[in-house]
Amino acid sequence: MSGACPVCGTGVMAGEAFCENCGHDLSSVPPAPCTACGAAAVGADGYCENCGMLQPTGRDHVETEAAGAAAVSDRGLRHSRNEDAMALLSLGPAESPAGQGAVVAVVCDGVSSSPRPDEASQAAADVAAAAIVKRLADGDDPEAATREGVRLAADAVASAARPGEDSPACTYVSAVVSGRHVTVGWVGDSRAYWLGAQSALLTEDDATPGTHMLTAWLGADAGEVVPRVRTFTTDGPGAVLLCSDGLWNYYPEPEALAATALGDTPLTAARRLVRMAIEAGGHDNITVAVIPFGQGDRTQTTVAFPKERSD
Amino acid sequence: MTDFTIRVDQNKYLPAGSQEVHGIVTVEASGPVQTGPAAEAAEVIIIDTSGSMSYGKIADARKAAQAAVDTLRDGVHFAVISGDHQAEVIFPGGGGLVPADAGSRRAAKDAIARLRAEGGTAMGRWLRRAADLFSAHQAVRPNAIRHAILLTDGKNEHEPAPEFDANLAYAAGKFVCDCRGVGTDWVVAEVRRIASTLLGSVMDVRKPEELEADFRAMTEAAMGKTVADIALRVWVPRSATLNFVKQVSPALEDLTGRRADVDALTGDYPTGAWGGETREYHISVSVPSGNVGQEMRAALVKLVQPATGEVLAGGNILAQWSDDPAQSTRINPRVAHYTGQQELASLIQEGLQARNDGDVETATARLGKARGIAERAGNDETAKLLDKVIDVDPATGTARLKRVVDKADEIALDTRSVRTVRMRKDPES
Repeated sequence: MSGACPVCGTGVMAGEAFCENCGHDLSSVPPAPCTACGAAAVGADGYCENCGMLQPTGRDHVETEAAGAAAVSDRGLRHSRNEDAMALLSLGPAESPAGQGAVVAVVCDGVSSSPRPDEASQAAADVAAAAIVKRLADGDDPEAATREGVRLAADAVASAARPGEDSPACTYVSAVVSGRHVTVGWVGDSRAYWLGAQSALLTEDDATPGTHMLTAWLGADAGEVVPRVRTFTTDGPGAVLLCSDGLWNYYPEPEALAATALGDTPLTAARRLVRMAIEAGGHDNITVAVIPFGQGDRTQTTVAFPKERSD
Repeated sequence: MTDFTIRVDQNKYLPAGSQEVHGIVTVEASGPVQTGPAAEAAEVIIIDTSGSMSYGKIADARKAAQAAVDTLRDGVHFAVISGDHQAEVIFPGGGGLVPADAGSRRAAKDAIARLRAEGGTAMGRWLRRAADLFSAHQAVRPNAIRHAILLTDGKNEHEPAPEFDANLAYAAGKFVCDCRGVGTDWVVAEVRRIASTLLGSVMDVRKPEELEADFRAMTEAAMGKTVADIALRVWVPRSATLNFVKQVSPALEDLTGRRADVDALTGDYPTGAWGGETREYHISVSVPSGNVGQEMRAALVKLVQPATGEVLAGGNILAQWSDDPAQSTRINPRVAHYTGQQELASLIQEGLQARNDGDVETATARLGKARGIAERAGNDETAKLLDKVIDVDPATGTARLKRVVDKADEIALDTRSVRTVRMRKDPES
């Protein structure tokens, strides 16, 4: 006797591949036990079959780093799951035609009132980041690459819609940082900031002012998705920050964000901003990406916008 | 093949510390028009032939039973029972069921034509006889839909209560029985109990001459069933309590006491046979209170064929604690509607009971309140019936019991108090 079948409790001998009683495959990795009651009976849909509790997914608190940049996403205190998603990828100098490496960050915030918003946001972030990196490697400029990333992300979210239900939906914001150039693209109310000597909000929310009513989003019911894309040039030092409204609802001011984020490693900065949002109430999911800028003299920093393209 | 879908209407958000979860589960059975062989069916027609059925009633009952026989599909196995203080299978001879064809229909109708009204009333014995016929049939044809029609006009006077209880319990689960009360001498509570135990309907037939069309409609409905013996299977978490499982549409039926345990957390509630139809159920669960933001499954509801274990549809009743009053105070319109329908039925039954007990004050209060709910919820038929027992001054809302009430109206109001209306407008999901 070496143990019991996790499904039916029948005793099983060492080396047996299947439970004699119920046929359960004993070689498979046992699912993690329920975080609430400890029962080894969590269903495929995430609810414990003993106490009913919805299990936390791997997205409750996620941290990632790439090429010196970092991003942190957290469920917050009030939501049962994290419907935000993020992606962080880098391109080495050798892999890009211009000989200049790039860091690509994407933050998406699933619309809670839509079905499966967590899946929509994750699909959008993953698809967009991969597409942008691929287009940059193929020689596209960052703005063209960003538009292509948004187009493919929008397709991915739109195709997740099922007949007879509302369309899954999410917001989108991305940054491509390469040399002294930063290209941001967005749809919805997730934001990009420049944090440095002259901190600034780089995006304009696609939302009815003073509300969270989105006027643009990714989803089958969004019509044609046209992102707004901007490029600016800066000397640094400083950082580009992408975030979902779980952060900026509490800290919308660029200077306040800069005071917290600058002077530390990107990962420490991102963690600290997330923590601040949680301490302020944590009412929504919080996602923060920090991409540092190292060159130049802090006192000389300028953020220069080209004229906004009107396409 | 019949397709089942389950939809759950609820507000899953609970205020912090709250424990009670409510959901309305809508089960819809649909399917292509049967092109292959129709579902197997067995039908037993039970006619009250006690002495009180004399004069016109027995003649109309004969016509109704003959119409029912005419409606039977070819190949449906059937029998006819005549009931007084005993039960007699008047067709076929030989104690089993026989398939319907031109010859057997003619022979059955001849037997029905010879029915005479005499003797007493012992409904439990009639049901026991029917149950034995169905059991013998089920042994041979386990998948057949088993349905009976019971027609009565009087009180169950010739069978001691314990015997009646035992006979009713004996019949439970062996067949579905739709009951019809004709005239004004039958006891609604008595017949409702039979229909309720045997998962059927109960209706009053005011005029004996209306029986024929009614019997035909009932038999046609029974012939339209495609799946026998479906159960609602409800799982609740180990630390939760299932408060009740009630059918709330098309009529109120408390299924809570009919639970058959599947395991420690799961129970089956029988729902009988299904054709193309929609039924709705109100389920209430108490769960241990959780932290704000935590979500749990408060109940998992499935539709199963217990015999095979096949799951036909499923849905979740969820709970998530919220500190946002805008979320947790939102009332789901469908839950509210059916909660009102349950209150309406109780008010009518309590009001009529109080009226019969001579408690005018209670009767007036209950029936007056019922009149208001019926009007607001769109129970037009119920409102009309209430108007026959109570006057409500539209200006002041003051209610007064009518002095003279037709017994048939009172019976109709009592009988139909459990019939609910669906929401006038489907709420925005």
